[in-house]
Amino acid sequence: MEKGTWVVKSGLAQMLKGGVIMDVVTPEQAKIAEDAGACAVMALERVPADIRAEGGVARMADPTIIRAIMDTVSIPVMAKCRIGHFVEAQVLESLGVDFIDESEVLTPADESHHIWKDNFRVPFVCGCRDLGEALRRISEGAAMIRTKGEAGTGDIVEAVRHMRAVMGSIRKLVNTPEEELVAEAKALGASLELVREIHQTGKLPVVNFAAGGIATPSDAALMMQLGAEGVFVGSGIFKSSDPESRARAIVKATTHYNDPAIIAEASQGLGAPMSGLDVKTIPVAELLATRGW
Amino acid sequence: MKVGVLALQGAFIEHVGMLQQLGVEAPLIRLPEELAGLDGLIIPGGESTTMSRLMRDFGLMQPVRELACSGFPLLGTCAGMILLCQETNRAELETLGVMKVRVERNAFGRQVDSFECDLDIPPLGEEPFHAVFIRAPIVKSVHTSVEIIARLPDKTAVAIRQGKMLACAFHPELGSDMRLHCWFLDNFIG
Repeated sequence: MEKGTWVVKSGLAQMLKGGVIMDVVTPEQAKIAEDAGACAVMALERVPADIRAEGGVARMADPTIIRAIMDTVSIPVMAKCRIGHFVEAQVLESLGVDFIDESEVLTPADESHHIWKDNFRVPFVCGCRDLGEALRRISEGAAMIRTKGEAGTGDIVEAVRHMRAVMGSIRKLVNTPEEELVAEAKALGASLELVREIHQTGKLPVVNFAAGGIATPSDAALMMQLGAEGVFVGSGIFKSSDPESRARAIVKATTHYNDPAIIAEASQGLGAPMSGLDVKTIPVAELLATRGW
Repeated sequence: MKVGVLALQGAFIEHVGMLQQLGVEAPLIRLPEELAGLDGLIIPGGESTTMSRLMRDFGLMQPVRELACSGFPLLGTCAGMILLCQETNRAELETLGVMKVRVERNAFGRQVDSFECDLDIPPLGEEPFHAVFIRAPIVKSVHTSVEIIARLPDKTAVAIRQGKMLACAFHPELGSDMRLHCWFLDNFIG
């Protein structure tokens, strides 16, 4: 009986596919998310929109909150640690969380090195802006990838940019002749082994979700049509006027992402979405997606 | 032969891939009208609460229940097994309730306790089946009409058969061993 193997870690990500992972800050929110059909929740102290508004250093959540959420729901519970902060990751693993998000939404602890995720039995998900970043994280042991988008904005533009970058590079590698793959690997800053694998299979070796800016059912379906295998919704649900209805609508739109009539019906009467923040108005120093490399 | 795969959430593409390799047409099923003309249905692994919610929202519970009661072949893996069973340790979870068993969800603990191991599954032959258990359920009690197909070394029941329905707590769709799918196609549908 072997635990913590690659098959078991990447396998949980496969079971999350087609689903919506929702940010929650209380057990009550976690219950609403579970009842609405979330395939997992992300246990946090503050949602990204509040982290952005309040400023200061954002760290791993208080274990009390994470434990309370784990005790409330039966779906997988994820939690975030800072980039490179392997002790926060050790703490989260000891709490028994089901997935760790090494996340740019928290203030990075290490600007040069991400966590060596192979050292852990618990699987990790990491953010990326392009294929090179995704492959570097997979080389470190990430069992799941998500495009970063720009968290806490409700603006989908960065999520689209990052998903198009990843999927476009994959399409390019598939059509790249074998002798040019070494140069491609060098340009991407990724291992030749992974670059060759993508050239052959035409897909990432792990599951890839979209994140950062999803606020409506159409946003979720847009990311699915662009190639995401599921979505993370952070501030978009509990910063809207009717979280319960919005959560259910986003779950429906993620499943039926190719059916505009169902997305239209799901989008009706949801009340106000989160107010949002145009990414172009954010000072460069306050962008979250540029954290990590 | 045409075997649908319930595609509301979870690892449905993996089942489709296996069925196609076996030369079987495998349409994705998301709405009740898509159930017409199938020879069997697979309910995949994923999150059982999510699938239950979506089955209710899109009117799939009753049609699938009726199919099951008419002797239609069904295979449920992990969350699929939970959805087929009559009773779980989570009372508010609506299931199809067509297999006369009680199932315990997340029976091994959290994700760090997920595991892989070799299982003896007599109908698949002598060679052990390498099974992957991810936040897996177990079968707690069965009615006399249910046959236990596989057990862990500690005797915990992890695969069951009732008429034309087959369910397992592990994920035969992960990996490359297609014997369980072959057995389902040959002996439950064929």
